[in-house]
Amino acid sequence: MLIIEDLKKTYGKVTAVAGLSLAIRRGEFFGLLGPNGAGKSTTVRMLSTLTPPSSGSVSIAGRRLDRNLTDIKRTIGVVPQHNNLDGEMTAWENLELHGRLFGLGKEERRGRIKELLIFTELEERAHDLVRTFSGGMKRKLMIARALMHRPVVLLLDEPTVGLDPAVRRKMWDLLKTLKAEGLTVLLTTHYIEEAEILCDRVALMHEGVLIELDTPLNLIAKSGTIVLEYFTQGVTMSEFFATREEALSRAASLEGSVNIRPANLEDVFIRLTKRRVSE
Amino acid sequence: MRSYLAILWQEFVLFKRKFRSITLGAMISPVLYLIAFGWGLGGGMTVGGQNYLQFVIPGIVALTTMMVSFSTVGNAVNLSRIYDKTFEEFMVAPVTMTVYAAGKISAGALRGFYSGVLILLISLLFPAGLKINGFFLLILMLNCLVFAALGFTAGVLIDSHADMAKFTNFVITPMAFLCGTFFPLEKMPWLLKGFIGLLPLTHTSQGLRNSGGDLRMLGLNVVVLALYFVVLFVVGVRTCTKAETIG
Repeated sequence: MLIIEDLKKTYGKVTAVAGLSLAIRRGEFFGLLGPNGAGKSTTVRMLSTLTPPSSGSVSIAGRRLDRNLTDIKRTIGVVPQHNNLDGEMTAWENLELHGRLFGLGKEERRGRIKELLIFTELEERAHDLVRTFSGGMKRKLMIARALMHRPVVLLLDEPTVGLDPAVRRKMWDLLKTLKAEGLTVLLTTHYIEEAEILCDRVALMHEGVLIELDTPLNLIAKSGTIVLEYFTQGVTMSEFFATREEALSRAASLEGSVNIRPANLEDVFIRLTKRRVSE
Repeated sequence: MRSYLAILWQEFVLFKRKFRSITLGAMISPVLYLIAFGWGLGGGMTVGGQNYLQFVIPGIVALTTMMVSFSTVGNAVNLSRIYDKTFEEFMVAPVTMTVYAAGKISAGALRGFYSGVLILLISLLFPAGLKINGFFLLILMLNCLVFAALGFTAGVLIDSHADMAKFTNFVITPMAFLCGTFFPLEKMPWLLKGFIGLLPLTHTSQGLRNSGGDLRMLGLNVVVLALYFVVLFVVGVRTCTKAETIG
């Protein structure tokens, strides 16, 4: 559904994305993880047609980004990291503008707006100015807007950043519904838990390079399913083990308190990005 | 065409929402100019054998429509690209930059034209004996299109709102005062007069004053303004195609 081959983006001497290649399957919920400056947002901006790649190729639903720009735009829905709704327009008007720009007819537009406002639980605020909305409501409206023209691929750039935990969980429910409906989704996130809950596969990026790609469970299994943590010389150290017994055996040789727990994607993420920095 | 109409629809929605503030805002400066230069300074004065009020009203119409068309498009495009990022909504939509530019420039020019009509209505309170005909309206619309296109190009090209203000100070404000709006250009030094003669607002001031007279001169004014519009539109579209939102 989405194929990226050797995608690069440079700004002068700075390389934001250095030869990214990956393929996302139809109906897959795919996560792009990485620390700040990893190149996730630049990748999404290139896929969103907001930034031209320096080199490499992208094909979405069989259409090449460099050859079928208008077709590609009809294929993708984009939810950027920052709010880019028109605050001086109502929720309905923002969706209406999007529908008009994508050439939706009057009846289709009206029906789709109603449907999406119900889906995002914003129907009661349909005719309020967007500048009066909370951060979570704006984010939901941005998702509704991206879905207006029925895209086949949805690009979500940090959709829950800055939201409080309760609102974030509501957003996850919304995204899980999209996943259940079989939409292909590319999600970038800082929140490892979010990727673990939502994504079928995740790619870890660091300094513009793809360092690992697999399902969350496989990534954890590869690193070691058990983590042993201990504090020494002012630093918390983590070691990975395949079994709890191995971890206990290692803990016996250590002084002071230790913590043994199941590994999660965050441990894998920190381990891989740290390793990368020290290399 | 649908995308073009969508952009005009959006601008109309915003215009309706801010109708009062837009209308009052468009009236304040021209009313002050009319009072100061018309009643105050110009009472009883004549310029080239005509009443000063009759002379100055076309100048005020020219400069106000320039200001409104330029700032409406320039500020909106610049803010949407740099601050509120609404420009991205158009970049991710299947809308060519030519259509986007055409939509924004048309909407800005219509806002400028609206402010021009307001001044003409206000000027009915002043006994100036203006000649308003098809040429007058044509020149007025061309002026709005030229400065809406300049505003679009500046809005896309300039990367900060502070620099937009500098552009206004260095380009728009001098034109507002020098291009034959408040005084005739006959007594200007020849070099400066030659330079001012090349500027679009000079052709608007001349054309609006001359709308009932010399057809050859009017033709020149129309051609110069039309050329300015075409060049600025093309430059604006090309710049916009290369532009990225700062994100």
